[in-house]
Amino acid sequence: MSVAVETVGLTKRYGDLVAVQGLNLRLNTGEVFGMLGPNGSGKTTTILMLLGLTEPTAGTARVLGWDPTRQPLQVKRRVGYLPDSVGFYDELTAWENLRYTAALNGLPSAEANRRIGEVLERMGLQDVAHRKVGTFSRGMKQRLGLADVLLKQPQVAILDEPTLGLDPEAALEFLALIRSLKRDGLTVLLASHLLHQVQSVCDRVGLFHRGRMVLEGTVDELREQVLGGAYRIHVQARGVEVERALREVPGVVRVTRTDGDTYRVEARVDCRAEIARRVVASGELLALSVDRPGLDEVYARYFQQVEADSGGAA
Amino acid sequence: MSTELAQSGAQALARREGSPWTGLWAVVYKELADHLTGIRMQILETLMLLTAVGTVYAATQSIRQTIGEDPFLFLRLFTTAREPLPSFVGFLGFLIPLTAIALGFDAINGEYSRRTLSRVLSQPIYRDALILGKFLAGLATLAITLVALWVVVTGMGLFVLGLPPGGEEVARGLLFLVATLAYAGIWMGLSMLFSAVFRQPATSAMTAIAVWLLFAVFWDMLAALISQALRPTQYGGVAEELAQARLQLLLARFSPNTLYAETVIALLNPAVRSLGPVLITQLEGAVLGTPLPLGQSLLIVWPQFTALVAVVILLFAATYVLFQRQEVRA
Repeated sequence: MSVAVETVGLTKRYGDLVAVQGLNLRLNTGEVFGMLGPNGSGKTTTILMLLGLTEPTAGTARVLGWDPTRQPLQVKRRVGYLPDSVGFYDELTAWENLRYTAALNGLPSAEANRRIGEVLERMGLQDVAHRKVGTFSRGMKQRLGLADVLLKQPQVAILDEPTLGLDPEAALEFLALIRSLKRDGLTVLLASHLLHQVQSVCDRVGLFHRGRMVLEGTVDELREQVLGGAYRIHVQARGVEVERALREVPGVVRVTRTDGDTYRVEARVDCRAEIARRVVASGELLALSVDRPGLDEVYARYFQQVEADSGGAA
Repeated sequence: MSTELAQSGAQALARREGSPWTGLWAVVYKELADHLTGIRMQILETLMLLTAVGTVYAATQSIRQTIGEDPFLFLRLFTTAREPLPSFVGFLGFLIPLTAIALGFDAINGEYSRRTLSRVLSQPIYRDALILGKFLAGLATLAITLVALWVVVTGMGLFVLGLPPGGEEVARGLLFLVATLAYAGIWMGLSMLFSAVFRQPATSAMTAIAVWLLFAVFWDMLAALISQALRPTQYGGVAEELAQARLQLLLARFSPNTLYAETVIALLNPAVRSLGPVLITQLEGAVLGTPLPLGQSLLIVWPQFTALVAVVILLFAATYVLFQRQEVRA
């Protein structure tokens, strides 16, 4: 599997402020990678360094084999970027805005017109192609932004907070568009702080905190790593021995009694069948359900642990 | 610290690849189209056209009445004032800075406030192309406007006076055009510089207008005050007065308005022989009132003209450096 984006020890400092610290990032060709973390955790700075729009203080980056600091034109020819709350020239139409992008990419006129028609149609904007962008809603501007990215037929698409400010329906639509990019074979780098929204489209994610990528892996791996169990099973049962019986089930990591008859079981595997068997043997099973915690919880739990550790040390 | 220095040194040595002017013409065309179709420029151009027609018409009326035989009748079209209207160049002196400031004041901070900068710079171009493209498009807009005005004035002259302009008059008129373009370039360069310094387009516009007011209204007063304070005429001697006048002129020439006014006077009035104080002894053998050849007039204003162009280049260079060092994120 070839590597689309790779950074080694990438660091950016603004005076005393460390924006990005020793980032080692690796994106395989064709995957959707989510850079997740709160605002100010270094996501956008990383993106700007990958595009050669800001110079790293230390470390190196390679995008499709090119060095963004020294060969930014080569990188930018092949990488599409949708900035955080993208802006357009309001007094120009959607078509004219894309014409400018096409001209900056050096596309010949006929080719540009063909591609603009294609991307506008794909984004469902063909009916408003000749309306001024000033009249567009946030969701339409965001789709126009994606059209702008696709216009240059990039190999890598970098999307910064693509669903921010969209209503839930528009956000879902937009996520579906992002999935369609993956089907086209694009490598997608997604930055967002809306963890629950983007976890569904990412093959792998990296959690960012204060300029460092603190966790990396698939969503399942992170659940396993941070929450100990990737499965959370709710059990309602009567009986004295139930709690001990639950603890003895293979694969169970933690059992907590939430109130009266209900227990929360964290497990590495889906062991509902075994739980049911054992609870029935030792008492009375009233209810059994499973849920899978989202990334929000992974993130929150991780930093609870980190802060608890540092608090204990101090 | 030393490793950091070594690294930044290594980065400075490593050259970036690809032409800095990639995409330059795309930027120029886009900006030029914006300027020429924008309502802002249309208003100013209409205003300029109306003043041109008005002042030149008034000038033709008074030329027909007063001056019957002038070898440079055509140049009078530019400079003749008739109450209550000022001359065409007088009006231009006001309208050109205004137009030039309107072209540049939101060049850079406008891209930030519309949030288009990072999207545009993520296309395969360098920042060099963006800033130079904007500057060239502004200059081209000014040039188009000025040439149009010049043609209108000349056309009206032909029509009303019924005289074709002579070769030297055309040459002087064209040089006047170039000098006006340089003067306009200064105000556009200044407003673009402010658009890189200030985050708000309103702030950069107001600052540019304030600087223009300073030079247009207060600078000459300041020059007079300072020269009187530094070189007082205590005994009333010629040497003292000359020293004061020279200092005042020197100070006045820090203003682009003075430089432009001097250039225009010498170019459009061939009888002008000197732009500074002249002693009687220096006029020995001169036939007063006779026109100078074009080459000699050009020689008189060459320093002023060079200074105008140099200021444009300096302002652009400052904007360029500032913009290159700015973060893409606001």
